[in-house]
Amino acid sequence: MVDVFYPLQWIADKLTYEVFGIAPDTRLGASVNFVIYDVMKIFILLALMIFVVSYIRTYLTPEKTRRVLGGKKGLHYHVLASLIGIITPFCSCSSIPIFIGFVEAGVPLEVTFSFLITSPLVNEAAVAALWATIGLKATLIYVVSGTLIGVFGGYVIGLLKMEKYVADFVYKIKVGNQTKKPEDLNIKERAAVAFDSVKDIVGKVWIYVIIGVTLGGIFHGYAPEGILAKYAGKDNPLAVPIAVLIGVPLYSNVMAMIPVIESLIGKGLPVGTALAFLMAVNAISLPEIIILKKVLKNELIGVFVLIVTVSIIFTGYLFNIIL
Amino acid sequence: MKIKILGTGCSKCNKTKEVVEKILKNTGVEAEVVKVEDIETILKYGVMITPAVVIDGEVKSVGKVPNEKDIQKWITE
Repeated sequence: MVDVFYPLQWIADKLTYEVFGIAPDTRLGASVNFVIYDVMKIFILLALMIFVVSYIRTYLTPEKTRRVLGGKKGLHYHVLASLIGIITPFCSCSSIPIFIGFVEAGVPLEVTFSFLITSPLVNEAAVAALWATIGLKATLIYVVSGTLIGVFGGYVIGLLKMEKYVADFVYKIKVGNQTKKPEDLNIKERAAVAFDSVKDIVGKVWIYVIIGVTLGGIFHGYAPEGILAKYAGKDNPLAVPIAVLIGVPLYSNVMAMIPVIESLIGKGLPVGTALAFLMAVNAISLPEIIILKKVLKNELIGVFVLIVTVSIIFTGYLFNIIL
Repeated sequence: MKIKILGTGCSKCNKTKEVVEKILKNTGVEAEVVKVEDIETILKYGVMITPAVVIDGEVKSVGKVPNEKDIQKWITE
């Protein structure tokens, strides 16, 4: 298959070895080359993915989502909720209004959880960075697993019938009608919104990408080969659970982490363990749990964290076998 | 003019309040700015993704820190 990013590698090589005059077999050369190539590739894919996803999102509003999912039961609605979760971004503070909004609209608790699990797990910026660094195949597997974990997690919560562990006031709230009428946008307006999103998100994450790629580049050029394989390789069965348990409470900037993880993989960290770690960081964070405590009783939060953690550990082992 | 910033307290919600107050100062428009953190009230406006901006009872922006040019437009129209 033709490597569409070959021109970028060519540019990186030219800049590193000819313009900056660094010798090809040196650590500095390896690091600089890595940084230039990764930065370009990440930003290009970032712009592309954000544009496409934001464009699609102009067709979706929370109201439409509530209508589509309200009152419906069935595994396929879990999948739908997870898929919608992928396209819908929200910061942790919106978890509560969204949760209440869904419950109030009659969306079953378990379907709401599918949405809540997959939404932070799979977002377009992280997907773009993953694609740029570890490749399309691993990225697609990440997206599919993120969706499946959401579906599975929601399903299990449904089986456990935990409706009574939601704070009582949630069932009493009335959500008003959105007074702002969503106008029907034409193609030009949708593109403008999508373009704005690109500017907005890239403007927020670019510094983290640079930091992450620089750290990754240093590691790539200067760390001994295979060092990760020694301690966290496939022979160490505890590597996956430990990675996941470290990742779960972390609230970290994934954009900076992904290039670092890319070079860790280059030094022998199994891809499965790396992806499981990323998932663990993304899926749950301490701030989000603290916020969710306002609407969920502790038992439900405990179950939620447990199911997601176990699913991710399992997925990590699975990845290591198939990737 | 009464401006309500709907948000439960994350940095985007605070940023929204800052930007709105900045534009008000720059344009000299008089307005009361209130931060609403109570979820029930936020939901009564039909808002599910914060931050959101409500001006004189009308929801103007949902889900992101609004554009400075847009804020200017809303307060001067």
